[in-house]
Amino acid sequence: MRAVHFCQACGKVQPPAPVDYFTFFGLPRKLNLDVAALEKDFYELSRKLHPDLNARSDSREQEWSLQQSSLLNDAHRTLKDPVKRTEYLLKLEGVELEEQSKTATEQARSTGEIKKQIVPPELLAEVFELNMQLEELRMQKKMGEDDPALIEEIGRQKLELEEKQEALLRELEGRWKMWDGMIQREYNGQPVSEEERRQERDKMVDVLNRRNYIRNLVRDVSEVLEN
Amino acid sequence: MSPDRIVGIDLGTTNSLVAFMQGESPVVIPGDDGSNLVPSVVALDENNQPVIGNAARKHLTETPERAVYSIKRLMGRGVDDVQEELKFFPFRLAEDLQAGEVIRIKLGEKTFTPPEISALILRQLKRNAERFFGAAATKAVITVPAYFNDAQRQATKDAGRIAGLEVLRLVNEPTAASLAYGLDKKQNGIVAVYDLGGGTFDISILKLHDGIFEVISTNGDTHLGGDDIDNLLITIALDDTRGDLGLDLHRNAEAVQAIRNAVIEAKIALSAQASVKLDVELPSGQRYLREITREQFEQLIQPIIERTVGPCKQALKDAGLKPEQIDEVVLVGGSTRIPKVRALVKELFHREPHTDLNPDEVVALGAAVQANILGGGSEATENMLLLDVTPLSLGIEVAGGVTDKIILRNSTIPASATQHYTTQVDGQANVAIHVLQGERELAKDCRSLARFDLKGIPPMAAGMARIEVKFLIDANGILHVSAREQRSGKESEIQVQPSYGLTDEQVESMILDSFDSAEEDFRQRQVIEARNEASTILAALDKGKKSPAWGHLTTDEKKKIAKMEKALVSVNGEDDYQAIRKAIDALNQGTTRLAELMMDSAVSTVLKGKTMDEADMGEGPTAPHPMAKADFE
Repeated sequence: MRAVHFCQACGKVQPPAPVDYFTFFGLPRKLNLDVAALEKDFYELSRKLHPDLNARSDSREQEWSLQQSSLLNDAHRTLKDPVKRTEYLLKLEGVELEEQSKTATEQARSTGEIKKQIVPPELLAEVFELNMQLEELRMQKKMGEDDPALIEEIGRQKLELEEKQEALLRELEGRWKMWDGMIQREYNGQPVSEEERRQERDKMVDVLNRRNYIRNLVRDVSEVLEN
Repeated sequence: MSPDRIVGIDLGTTNSLVAFMQGESPVVIPGDDGSNLVPSVVALDENNQPVIGNAARKHLTETPERAVYSIKRLMGRGVDDVQEELKFFPFRLAEDLQAGEVIRIKLGEKTFTPPEISALILRQLKRNAERFFGAAATKAVITVPAYFNDAQRQATKDAGRIAGLEVLRLVNEPTAASLAYGLDKKQNGIVAVYDLGGGTFDISILKLHDGIFEVISTNGDTHLGGDDIDNLLITIALDDTRGDLGLDLHRNAEAVQAIRNAVIEAKIALSAQASVKLDVELPSGQRYLREITREQFEQLIQPIIERTVGPCKQALKDAGLKPEQIDEVVLVGGSTRIPKVRALVKELFHREPHTDLNPDEVVALGAAVQANILGGGSEATENMLLLDVTPLSLGIEVAGGVTDKIILRNSTIPASATQHYTTQVDGQANVAIHVLQGERELAKDCRSLARFDLKGIPPMAAGMARIEVKFLIDANGILHVSAREQRSGKESEIQVQPSYGLTDEQVESMILDSFDSAEEDFRQRQVIEARNEASTILAALDKGKKSPAWGHLTTDEKKKIAKMEKALVSVNGEDDYQAIRKAIDALNQGTTRLAELMMDSAVSTVLKGKTMDEADMGEGPTAPHPMAKADFE
């Protein structure tokens, strides 16, 4: 079922319906997505909805075109990216992934405490050592005496972390299969328990959290290496 | 109903242009001096009348305190952030500026905000277009640097409005250039546009496919351009004159302008020559002489053009592309004529840049193409669509002075984000939001865009209110904010305090002022034109008195003519257009027979032994109909 963006008869832009991004593109809430088809749809809809091509309409239609166009762009941007797509779906499912993290960050900032980050257990030892090395490099840089061997070692670890990031993306895609299968069963009329739904969601949340942690770590490393 | 004539305008730091789509291709509309480029220079003459463009340039050297150039550098900026500019540019700020007020600069005894100065340039372009069309031109597409922030964009829109133009769209300069390029080439591929103008630098990477011009990433520096090269050379010249001639000229505005003109000429010459001799006549009468080789010049400017490398690399990174994946590099802006700049671009992108298109005109031409698209399109543009992006991340200031990014840079626009807020205190009626643009972590390192006050929240217990705030960046790259308290469904009233901009009321008042002076201008022009006509007719009458035809007039006729001549001379000195007009008409009537006689004798003299074609109807008594009534509007 797709949101009606414009009148079938006369082609004029309609007021945007308050739909989610999947519905906007007429897509089911499945995580595996044909990105090429999405792109094609995006361009076609852009040609119809973009304010530039509706500049001679009356001001009400121009306003709708602006709203529709921003919804189109927001939806496309979100669904195109695998991680954003997953996070968005989880949000639709009621999981406040971003909010939790944001509130925690805000609290930490206002109280001055260090935000409690859950370190993925399999990385505990590595992270500890890496943080020590980063601290050492920071000190060296302050004195202007960077040790090339240390830089090389940290660079190597960064590459390893980036590989882990990639691997986690693969793991996420694996979870997508499970989720999509569940959604398909629902469409076919077979009931899916709330428990199963919750379990699938939690597994994806877990993968995302681990990946986000590593992504932030890679970012911190890059910052130290580049400055 | 005639179709909308929407023009495309390049409001540049150094030069401005107006263009229009004629049939299959866009053309630049020239000024009445025949020139395509209108220098972005504004001056006030002795009567405090604005002078714009080429005519204003001499004022820069003769009366520099009554003239201004590169006003684009001040658009959308505050007193604090222009302090750097003031070191190198002769902008004279009004003395009575309050903190947080929009900048005003002095021209003579009057003060103007940057949008008002830009409006004068826009009005000149508007007039050029109207002369070209023979009809009104009230709608325009105006280009801005891709890296311009919200305040700078709003200032440009304000300038348009003050000039009496409905600004249908602001288009980013590199994107506009790509339109002109794409219309010309009609090829798909990845294009990088390297735009180094007088005051700003932009790099945009676009994907062109099937008529869609999709910006993938953009980056730049809004304080980097040819002006910086000029200032470097001026500084060297001032050091030289202090050392060699013992003169400290940096406060001598006329001297600095003379030096500036010379270094600009030298800079341009060095693109074609291996060396150039600077020869400046200083107001003191002394001469400043110096030879500059291209090699020395290139060494001097290296640090400046080097500053374009960072943004280019970042744009490639944001696009996820390597230089090899770029199919074409298009050069825009006068500064890209410098051979060293072209060499740098070739090195960065591993290919020869595309230099077919005129780097001074391509942006205006592209704006004309976009104007055409907005106006409904034509055969040439029917499949074309621009998908641009916002260049800077949009953020909200949160606890701890940190920026929370809600719309990331390079997001396709229009784009939106929704945030939820609640109240801290029982019955709290307002919530304040501070919106910023920029990539830095801390709010103080980002650009303050505006403070929004959400008012009229219905009384509730603390934390109960759920205010949904929607941030929308429109197709111009300008932010709009709307808010609604979700429990009551009530739309919140939003009061915007722009950090560097004019309020709507201020812009409104400026439009009226502009019209008033337009009225005054028009009236003045009428008087001047009538006086010109009067001079012509009086001069012709003088000639007529010396011609043999004069002898054929009766004494009565001569008396009547003398009377009318006296009347015209008398009103000519005054300001009354109607009176002058009447006197001209009367004299014309009175001299009809004289004119006929002169014509007859002229023709018969000339035609003795000649055909009509060969008859030389030149100046003097043989000139065609000396009393011909000129047709003035």
